[in-house]
Amino acid sequence: MKFLVRRVGFLLITLWVAVTVNFFIPRLMPGNPAEAMMATFRGHVNPAAIHALEVAFGINTKESLLASYGQYLVNVLHGNLGISTSNFPLPVTTVIAKGLPWSLGLVGLSTILGFLIGTSLGAIAAWRRGGWLDNVLPPMFIVISAFPYFWVGLLSIWFFALTLNWFPFVGPYTSTTIPTFTWPFILDVLKHAVLPSFTILITSIGGWILTMRNNMITVVAEDYVKMARAKGLKPSRILWQYAGRNALLPNLTGFAMSLGFVISGAILVEYVYNYPGVGFMLLNAVSAQDFPLMQALFLLITVAVLLAIFVSDVATALLDPRTRNSR
Amino acid sequence: MTILRRALGVLGASWRFLRRDKKAMGGAIILFILLLISAFPSWFILDDPQAEIFTPAMGLSWAHPLGTTSFGQDVFSQLMAGTRESMMVAMLVGLFSTVISVVIGISAAYIGGIFDDALSLFTDVVLVIPTFPLIIVITAYLKGATFWLMVAVLVITGWSYGARQLRVQALSLRNRDYLLAARARGESAWYVISVELIPPMTSLIVANFLGAALYAVLAESGLQFIGLGNINSESWGTMLYWAQNNEALYSGLPLWALAPGIAIAVLGSALALLNYAFDEIANPALRPVSRRRASKVVPS
Repeated sequence: MKFLVRRVGFLLITLWVAVTVNFFIPRLMPGNPAEAMMATFRGHVNPAAIHALEVAFGINTKESLLASYGQYLVNVLHGNLGISTSNFPLPVTTVIAKGLPWSLGLVGLSTILGFLIGTSLGAIAAWRRGGWLDNVLPPMFIVISAFPYFWVGLLSIWFFALTLNWFPFVGPYTSTTIPTFTWPFILDVLKHAVLPSFTILITSIGGWILTMRNNMITVVAEDYVKMARAKGLKPSRILWQYAGRNALLPNLTGFAMSLGFVISGAILVEYVYNYPGVGFMLLNAVSAQDFPLMQALFLLITVAVLLAIFVSDVATALLDPRTRNSR
Repeated sequence: MTILRRALGVLGASWRFLRRDKKAMGGAIILFILLLISAFPSWFILDDPQAEIFTPAMGLSWAHPLGTTSFGQDVFSQLMAGTRESMMVAMLVGLFSTVISVVIGISAAYIGGIFDDALSLFTDVVLVIPTFPLIIVITAYLKGATFWLMVAVLVITGWSYGARQLRVQALSLRNRDYLLAARARGESAWYVISVELIPPMTSLIVANFLGAALYAVLAESGLQFIGLGNINSESWGTMLYWAQNNEALYSGLPLWALAPGIAIAVLGSALALLNYAFDEIANPALRPVSRRRASKVVPS
């Protein structure tokens, strides 16, 4: 219980920091660039919306900093994040809602798949210490995980799409088709997701392999694993149900910690493939100087990462009684 | 004299370490070559990297080993000239973030109490906020980052992982007998930290330097690639930006886009290989099983 309270507390603190950072960044920038953006708004939008943007970006506000900060917190809590200038006059939230499913599908699934495959490979590598998997995987993935995500994307486009012509590479589906819930369309979407998903998978999997292998090496040396062997249990059972389960725990925490890193890479992968998720949107908002959309996306990505970390922390605690007691 | 002898001792120890560890040796050789290129770029550059003087969009040839850009610049010369900036960013961000990690991680562990709680909380918060979107937002307001701004932003976002690791290790060393003895002798905190506490943590500190440098190389090139760096700088990320904006991949110039990526990947791999080798020093259990030892182990 105490553990849960601590984790909820940490979640709330980090959420508060993220919102506060979001509030102060435009104010700390020299010559407030949002001012130019606001000029285009006047006369087109109702005064209440203008006021909300002024509060968010700190322009001609007569209120004190503290008052506008309070107002801003209230706005955020109500999901009132302003109007997108590049998709005028749609509210930012409507615009983001269009991109979110693509990102959740592509980045979410690829990340989870990468974690599962990587963790299994790492466990097997450590189990057969000195075997070919153990000799080949670590050095190979040390090198691959040092590749820039976006460059792996460019390389895959060049090789698999342009040279071999195996996969399409632009957008989420063939641009001439109309989205419907039919098999051909779903197949088309999957086909378009193969390369970006492969890019995220191949660059993120190395981290899971290495950490799982390292945890596993320590766990395999424990007495209870020897005991299990002495009892004559089947090796596969010892591998997955004894050693693997325990070695997985630190990896789950690692999963949470490196999620931010994976998301960062995914932003660039979406950009390279013109995949219309939130990362692609963020970069479009940057080049269109759409500051409300940009800030809302930063907030959304941050909140998503923080929630994922919270979930994996709680999952670790559920799986491992020791974490619950020791903290 | 003693300082000289000590420095020689460190050099000798590093050399013996490199000779034993193939991964570390590979990383060190690559890093040395890249350092050479960034220190003396004129030895390697064939032509003025920015001059648009050649036939645009040429393929491979002896005069242009990697072809030319669609502006008529020599890709190989650009690649060589760009080495310096990536190396500088890697080394500077590595150095500054390591200093911050050491100061915050070790002082939190050494002083303990509420001070430790506050610093750890701070470290954890910085650690979990996704840094890349944050950097994008900051540089977007500033309309692109200059060199030093880039270094500053990467340091601010890159120190927390190391600080956390160093704190954990310092905590485990804190109550060892030799440290308690030093304190009982009445040594100052400075002495205990710098002479007794930091030396055993050297390999972890070096590993952190390399990790932060790797983070910097990847983040910097990503930012430059999307045009949030200085788009007129001579660097690998900027080359990628121009290649992407001129659709190098789709117009038959894949090398223009792929070569700088390979360069980043080579530098990144060198840092990662060295990093892993230093991790193995810090944690001997991870070292590869040597053949002699392996044969003694009863097969399972």
